[in-house]
Amino acid sequence: MSTGTTLTESQYDINIHRNGRLWMLAAILVTQGVPLAISLYFDVWPPFGTLLAGLVPTIIVFWPIAIIEVLTYTPMLGSGGTYLGFVTGNLSNLKVPAAISAMQQAGVEPSTKEGEIISTLAVGASSLVTNLVLVLGVVLMSYLLPVLESPALKPAFANLMPSLFGALGVVFISRNWKISVAPLVLMAGLFIAVPTLPVGILIPVGALVSIAVARLLYRKGMV
Amino acid sequence: MSDIRNSPFLFTVGAFVALFVTIQSLVFIAGAWKEGKRLGLSATIMRKALSGSAVFSVVPSIAILLAVLTLAGALGLPLPWIRLSVVGAITYELPAAETAAQAFGTTVKTSITDPTVFSAIAWAMSIGSVFAMILIIIFAKSIQSGIHKAQIKDTAWSGLLISAMFMGLISAFLGNALGGGLISILALLSSAAVMALFGLAIKKAGFKQLENFAMPVSMLSGMAVAALYALATGGVAS
Repeated sequence: MSTGTTLTESQYDINIHRNGRLWMLAAILVTQGVPLAISLYFDVWPPFGTLLAGLVPTIIVFWPIAIIEVLTYTPMLGSGGTYLGFVTGNLSNLKVPAAISAMQQAGVEPSTKEGEIISTLAVGASSLVTNLVLVLGVVLMSYLLPVLESPALKPAFANLMPSLFGALGVVFISRNWKISVAPLVLMAGLFIAVPTLPVGILIPVGALVSIAVARLLYRKGMV
Repeated sequence: MSDIRNSPFLFTVGAFVALFVTIQSLVFIAGAWKEGKRLGLSATIMRKALSGSAVFSVVPSIAILLAVLTLAGALGLPLPWIRLSVVGAITYELPAAETAAQAFGTTVKTSITDPTVFSAIAWAMSIGSVFAMILIIIFAKSIQSGIHKAQIKDTAWSGLLISAMFMGLISAFLGNALGGGLISILALLSSAAVMALFGLAIKKAGFKQLENFAMPVSMLSGMAVAALYALATGGVAS
């Protein structure tokens, strides 16, 4: 039996891809089964055209990001870690750092057989902990529902979006302010002029503007 | 129809999803453990990887729980719980929910009590996040075997591309917040200020352990300022 670190295909490698794909397929059925269950149980079916209109901005921004995430994280996480991590989510903020830190502590490298094992164990343990914390938290919070729904907290939840994007703005602007200026000025101007503009239509516009600016600056070697 | 957001049915669906994730994690851990033993990895090293990662994950998991809390006002508890147990992260879920809500002429700034809109948001969040899973089914094996490694050679540009995509999204929502009046601008500035303080504490003072709390605490600060401002002005602003 080989105990080396090169990736020659073992029975585990063959099985992990077959089983991983089956689990991923099952996860797709489970995740898409949630809205289906809601629609079936409560007999509520959103009109397709309107749903599509609400979905297109998300697809335009997040599907290209998904391609880059798959290409970036898959080699880091290894096969088992990938099939599990992409189901349980929270990759950049939890699963990837957990896997990398575990591999460092064990003194093994990503893309080796040992790295594959340690990464899968780390992602698995991390998923279990998140699950446990969420279950306990949701049980506790279900007792706090009347507080969450109280009128005093309404303005807090009404300002959820500015609160997320204020914080996220600081992160991305400080990371690369040069590509931020043009889309920010454009959007601020548009919304101050016409406050009722639908965000959904402007997301792709903002994305195109920032990609164009980023490409230009990148080519000129300014970012 | 009564409020479906916090119905026992949805809590049951949430429990089922949590069970699915638990079983998958246990199956993958068992498989990796067996293969690790075959490869000659010691049980101590593998146990350390499990316990180390478990401890590492406690704090970020509490941060994810806080993200569930921020969404609970609009969407109830079970749907955000389900979405953040599988695939999701707050930076995706909230914009996806809001763009879907806006298509139906409403917003997640208010409680989503209309069952049709609620179901539409659930569909949008779920369909919007399925693409990565499909890509994994098709490409994970070939990426692992090195075939697709060449495609991401220009890592500087791909990193910039992600930033640019997010910047487009962020600028649209920031602009929207500016059009939302004083309370909305106050929430935005407060959360931005708290995030900037976190940034200073993490980068300049080396408090790396604060990293996971930066986003949820900044968000909750912005929301708290909005609630306090509304209270101080007698609820005129909402």
